[in-house]
Amino acid sequence: MSILLYLVPIALTLGLLGLAGFLWSLKSGQYEDLEGAAWRAIQDDDLAEGDPRRG
Amino acid sequence: MTAALPLAGPEPVADAVPARDWSAYSLAEPDGRRRLTLAVENITCAACMGDIERALRGVEGVASARVNLADRRVAVVYDPAALSPDVLLARLQAIGYPAHPFDPAARRDGGSAEARRLLKSLGVAGFGTMNVMLMSISVWSGNVTDITPETRDFFHFMSALVALPCIAYAGQPFFGSAAAAIRRRSVNMDVPISIGILLATGLSVANTFLGGHEAYFDSALMLLFFLLLGRFLDENMRRRTAVEAETLATLRSESAVRIGADGALAEVPVSRVAPGDLVLVRPGERVPVDGRVAAGTSEIDRSLVTGETAPVAVGPGEMVHAGMINGFGALTVSVTAAVEGTLVAEIERLISEAQSMKAGAMRLADRAARAYAPVVHSAAALTFLGWMAVGADWSHALVIAIAVLIITCPCALALAIPAVQVVAAGRLFRSGVLLNAGDAIERLAAVDTIVFDKTGTLTTPEPRLVASSRFDAGALALAGRLALSSRHPLARGLARAAGAVETLEGVRERPGEGVAALVDGREIRLGSPAFCAVPAEVVERMRAAHPTASLIAVADGRGEPVLHALAQAIKTDAAETLARLAAAGYRIEILSGDRQAAVAETAAALGVAEFRAEADPQAKIARLEVLAAEGRRVLMVGDGLNDAPSLAAAHVSMSPVSAAHVAQAAADAVFLGERLGPVATALEVARAARRLMGQNLAIAVVYNVIAVPIAVLGYVTPLVAALAMSGSSLIVTLNAVRLRRIAGEPWRTAAPVAAAPTSPAMLGAAGTLREQT
Repeated sequence: MSILLYLVPIALTLGLLGLAGFLWSLKSGQYEDLEGAAWRAIQDDDLAEGDPRRG
Repeated sequence: MTAALPLAGPEPVADAVPARDWSAYSLAEPDGRRRLTLAVENITCAACMGDIERALRGVEGVASARVNLADRRVAVVYDPAALSPDVLLARLQAIGYPAHPFDPAARRDGGSAEARRLLKSLGVAGFGTMNVMLMSISVWSGNVTDITPETRDFFHFMSALVALPCIAYAGQPFFGSAAAAIRRRSVNMDVPISIGILLATGLSVANTFLGGHEAYFDSALMLLFFLLLGRFLDENMRRRTAVEAETLATLRSESAVRIGADGALAEVPVSRVAPGDLVLVRPGERVPVDGRVAAGTSEIDRSLVTGETAPVAVGPGEMVHAGMINGFGALTVSVTAAVEGTLVAEIERLISEAQSMKAGAMRLADRAARAYAPVVHSAAALTFLGWMAVGADWSHALVIAIAVLIITCPCALALAIPAVQVVAAGRLFRSGVLLNAGDAIERLAAVDTIVFDKTGTLTTPEPRLVASSRFDAGALALAGRLALSSRHPLARGLARAAGAVETLEGVRERPGEGVAALVDGREIRLGSPAFCAVPAEVVERMRAAHPTASLIAVADGRGEPVLHALAQAIKTDAAETLARLAAAGYRIEILSGDRQAAVAETAAALGVAEFRAEADPQAKIARLEVLAAEGRRVLMVGDGLNDAPSLAAAHVSMSPVSAAHVAQAAADAVFLGERLGPVATALEVARAARRLMGQNLAIAVVYNVIAVPIAVLGYVTPLVAALAMSGSSLIVTLNAVRLRRIAGEPWRTAAPVAAAPTSPAMLGAAGTLREQT
């Protein structure tokens, strides 16, 4: 069962990465305005005037 | 524009426009820029967000502008050298989003930091739970098959490695609160929780090092995860309520115009006004602070302070209070602190007396915790002694006693009430009721008598047209257009009644008298009956017919002047709401500071038999004490400064959003909008919530009745503990969620902030909106 000696630490590392990601997103204020964030995704302000993809 | 005023006894200038003191509204950024937060009206959708950000970013000197759609705020960072924020406000006004700056001194951001802290703990506990569970399930299945002791020990050590730091971090909110309670020599719900978690962890560590079969790391972490979830939701709800309340307060744009030593006028947040300062109150404005009139004369509407609807004349030397509405004259007010003997000092004394009397009432959750802890701890002690008595060795007896404590760790009990509170508070938030006190729901559910204040609570805060001495549609339309230029509350009411949208040109304000304009060479006047030369007998007749109304006159230079009577109208849904409450079995009473005739009229119109008029704050408290002595649980609904002590004294209290500051602070809940319906909704939701709290407590008791014998007999394995503890938490949480299905229309239909007209400047706009819909 020595495979466990590799697999369990790998599983824990992946879990820690997830936790770090969560704490980073919390720290960078991504949960401050959940309503607004949902709508920003579909705005095309970042496209130039006259861009054909702009609705 | 500033006006030079002499230092001694400055005469107030009615039409002066003060400059806003922006340094008092914004915060410095490290790079020399300044950060400003604005509350914005009419943000309803995602498109508004784009409009506002595009408009602001286009302005020279703006470094960044970001809308927070959930909170309806905009954060702007700008360069003070290149730009005055007045430009930003004008720009937003022009595209249809009037904005008001937040007062940084009045901001309370503590709730937000606490919610973040809990969210971090929740993330850590979630990570720990999932990873420890991964290994626990292997051990559980291995224990009934062929796991080797080495593999089990490996899993236990890895679990300990993950669990110990996670518990040490995520458990802090509970450990801290429990330690504080013990230092105070009392017990709260966090004490048994902390004991349970620490014992489960300690036993698991011991088993890990002794090579035992069982470890409870997963139970301890799962318990933490569920409890943190409940606590985070609770804190988040509280934060949202606080944010909403702060936004509403800012939209009332409560600022004061301070007269500087050099006579310059500056608009500053109320928090920056100190006793001794001179403040200018322009016609039609709400008095921002308490003080003594230094110069100027005017009529003043004291309804928010005393409940009296008829305006009163004030002159130099007389006291005016925050929340009173100024009439046609401009006043210079010398700010006073709450001095002994003034109305405000008296009100504050009564409030603190009432609050100290109520401090004895204990919350349901704390009562449950206090009954629970001794029972559970003695059960564990008895288990230990019992196993010793039947001949078990002491370490085995101790392990079983600890298992009893772990399994009875009040997970379900700790969630039973907060879970319902969170759902109920969210439900009330959507109906436009903001809770000030956490246990307001429990107290609302116990109510059997409702006492209403009249002015501003049953009636609309602003006056409506009730009668005219002569009806002339053309004259009324012209008067309405003239009235648009005045900020006087009666003029606002007249403009609304006339449906006027276009102002007249060349309107001049005549301090203390009214407004006048030249149209086709004729002078049109709007103002006091004397200003428009209304004959005394016409005034007398109108006063006799409408004793509660305020009078305003219009003269158009041709025919005889027209006299209009405006009175506060009963809220549109008041009769319906009171009937609904009476049908639900509540006893209803009106308790007002207004005159007998005015109160009797309202009571008759609403079909309320019990009413008392001309009650001062002490009389109101006395009446509530009589009701309490009869064994009644009273809900007081009021808005005035004079209601504040009785709001604090009542079993539970509510205040409309248009209420005086002090009243809102004393009330347990604030309801938004122009209607009375939220009061009935709040009572319905509270009763349903109380029922669910009872059910949840019963579920927690049933869980313990089943689980404790299993633990006492020594059959608690980690698997049983995990199933029992998470199962009971899930059941009480799901039961709480049923509250969402309680009927009642959501209050928030369109722009919630626009539906709460509270400053005279906003009344006109919101009034027209209301009539159109």
